[in-house]
Formats: sequence, C-alpha cells, structure tokens
Amino acid sequence: MELTDAAFVAKARVGDTHAFGVLVERHGRSLFRLAFRMTGNEQDAEDVVQESFMRAFRQLSKFDERASFGTWLYRIAANCSLDLVRSRKRRAGQMVQEDSEMEDPTLSLPSTDPGPERMALSAEVRGRVAEAMNELSPTERTAFVLRHFEGMCIEEVSRVLECQPGAAKHSVFRAVQKLRRALEPVVSPAK
Amino acid sequence: MNHLSEEQLILHYYGEEADPFAAEQHLEGCADCRTLYGSLQRVLNVVDSLPVPERGPEYGAQLRERLQSRLAAAPASWPRSLWNWLTPRTPLRVAAATAAFSLLLAAAFVAGRFYPQAQKLKPAPMAAADPQVRERILLVAVGDYLDRSQMVLVELANARPDGPLDISAEQARAADLVSESRLYRQTAAHTGDAAVATVLEDLDRVLLEIAHGPSSLSPGELDKLRQRLEAEGILFKIRVLGSNVRNEEEPGPAGRQKL
Repeated sequence: MELTDAAFVAKARVGDTHAFGVLVERHGRSLFRLAFRMTGNEQDAEDVVQESFMRAFRQLSKFDERASFGTWLYRIAANCSLDLVRSRKRRAGQMVQEDSEMEDPTLSLPSTDPGPERMALSAEVRGRVAEAMNELSPTERTAFVLRHFEGMCIEEVSRVLECQPGAAKHSVFRAVQKLRRALEPVVSPAK
Repeated sequence: MNHLSEEQLILHYYGEEADPFAAEQHLEGCADCRTLYGSLQRVLNVVDSLPVPERGPEYGAQLRERLQSRLAAAPASWPRSLWNWLTPRTPLRVAAATAAFSLLLAAAFVAGRFYPQAQKLKPAPMAAADPQVRERILLVAVGDYLDRSQMVLVELANARPDGPLDISAEQARAADLVSESRLYRQTAAHTGDAAVATVLEDLDRVLLEIAHGPSSLSPGELDKLRQRLEAEGILFKIRVLGSNVRNEEEPGPAGRQKL
C-alpha cells in the first residue's frame, strides 16, 4: 500500500531527505503547473517550484500535521509566485511577448482544422489572454488561478491566501470582471 | 424580476452559488442574464486556452535530483544528526546514546571537580551563540518576515476599490507580524545591524497603524495610505533589504557583509 503524504512528512520532519524527495516527486508537476499559471513564464515557474520546496523543507516544523500537505505546499508556492510576480511587475511587457511567441502543441482551443489562419488567431488569442492575466493584481491572479485552474473552492483559496473567504471571493470576482472586460471583444460571436 | 448579479453568475459558473437550482431556473427564463452568462462562459473558456508547457512523468524525479544537494545542505526542523541521536530507534543506537550520555555526565562531573577555581570566575564563553550561526538564523527569519510584510502592504497599495474596502484580513496579518517583529529588531540591534533595525522599526510603525486602524477604508483613505507608503519609501526599503537578506542567506566565500 502506498504511504500517505503525512507519513512522508513525518519522516521528513526529522531530516529524512529521502522522504522529502518522495513528496517532491509527488507534487512537482502540479506545483509547476500552478507556478507557470501564476508567473506566465517557464523559467520563473521552475525557480518558484524549487524555491517552494526549499522553503517547505526549511519550514516543516511549522507545518500543522492535521492540515493537507498539498494545500500547505500550494500556499508556499503561491506566496513565492506572488513575490516573483510583484518584483517582475517592474519590468512589464516582457512576459506577454514571451507567451505570445511560445510554441505549444497542447493548445486546447477546440478545432478540427488547424489551418494557418486559425493558428494565427490562436496565437493572437493566447497573447490577449496572457496580456489580460498580466493586468490582474498579484492577489487577483493567485485567487483566480487557484479557483479557475486548480479547482479550489473559495474557502480553500482563502486558506492559501491566508485571508477571509469574503476577501478571496472578492479577488476572484475582480479577476473575472477584469478578464471579461479585456477578452469579451475577442470572444464575442461574429456579427 | 431581479436579475442575477455578475457575482452570482461567476459563483454559478464555478458551482458555488448558494442556490444553484434557483439560478438555473432564472437563467432559463431570462434572456438578458443568459446572454451575460454566455459571454462569461466564453471568456472563461478561452482563458483555458492559455497553454502550460507539459512536464513528463519523469519531471518529479529530475526535480528531486536537482534539489538533492540543496536539501542535504539545508537545515531541516532539527539538525539531522542531533535529532537522530535524540531519537534512537534501534537497540544499538539506544545503547550507544546511553553510553555517550553517561560519558558526558561523567566528564562533566570530573571537569567540575578538578577545573581550577579561578577559571570559574571568568565569564562563560558564548559557545552556543556563535555570531555567524546567530546571524544566519536572523537572516532566514527576517527574510520570511519581510516577504509576508511586503505582501500585506502591496495588497493594500494595489487595491483600487470602488467603495469602502474591508481590510480586516490584512489587519489580522499585520497584527501577527507586529508581534513577531520585536524579537527581530532586538536581535538586529544586538548584532549591530543598524540598517536592518531601522527598516524594521519603520515597517513596524506602519504595520501597527494598519493593525489598529479602522477595518474598512474608503478609497480616499487607501489613497492616503498609498501616498504615505510611497513618501516613506517603505516598500522600496523592504524590497532592498529583502533582496540583501536573500543574497546573504546563500553561503558564499565572501562571507557576511553588513547591510
């Protein structure tokens, strides 16, 4: 039977780096997805993932064993990403270009005919989405990513952000409203 | 007929509406709300098109390998070797730990009996308080503290509400941070880090005011707070100090320099 996270956490707390390594393997991919969606940049996401695991390891003594290790780890990664996004806000504009230039075969826009026109449109849409995401404040972006992409309920989002559920809900609302304003022209049905 | 608010539509989309059945019924009968909801759905669906670079199943193992050396060098909750000795799990280790402890006791007794009396009058060396270790502990703790403080201040500084903003959550976090800061300030003053101590004092003052101020701020009051933060350059100071602290957390050949 596979051991739970809690069992590995207990071992890691007494300095068992092998046990912590198992937790890294288990949560690495999902943490990368979260970090990428929060930062919008592959290298930044890699940095966030590594820094998050290091912070988690150093702060294991603060972890409440009754809580979910995954949620706790997400909170750390969200905070790492927030720090990074905030510092990066100063060099605005760079990420949008990188995102819109990024080649990605896993693009999930429904299409049966990926002709050149549609490919160009997809790239434009992705660019607009990335741009709109960059317009969100770091807190709004975090709340939105956790609610929309990670499927966390508002209550869980508030735990990650360490704020009241009302404040988390408000951040999600503001994020969706901003995205709607920015993207509605892109998604409106052709007249 | 009362239309569904945008907030209700968003909650409905995420399946968190208090009464989903009522919302569904309303949408069936209200073309305006249906149009609005359709637009919301299209926007949120297109957001899903934001691609994420795929990481294969081997990513976890690769990541683990990359982190291995850093993990081995990082202090966990307790120093590993010390913890292992304190929690012996095999009979051999129990016996060894008992023997080591007995030997230590005996050595302490003998040393106490035969150590020259005059030496006892000398002040005890502060072996446990190795300045380098102490300073590293301070750095790690201060770095974490600064990160969290910055987060609270930036959230308030970036808020652009249309009406009064409930900041009770930020107040609670500010109060927690204030209760932590005294120790860091004292330690910084004690270790001669005047620059760190000064920034921590400035930060403490701002956090105290937030923690003990009104829990709801009007856009005008938020603006004043924002102006004050800018005027004092507190966020900039925190970023600079935080960045210095993080750099110094990494052990380097140059050793520690004063901030």
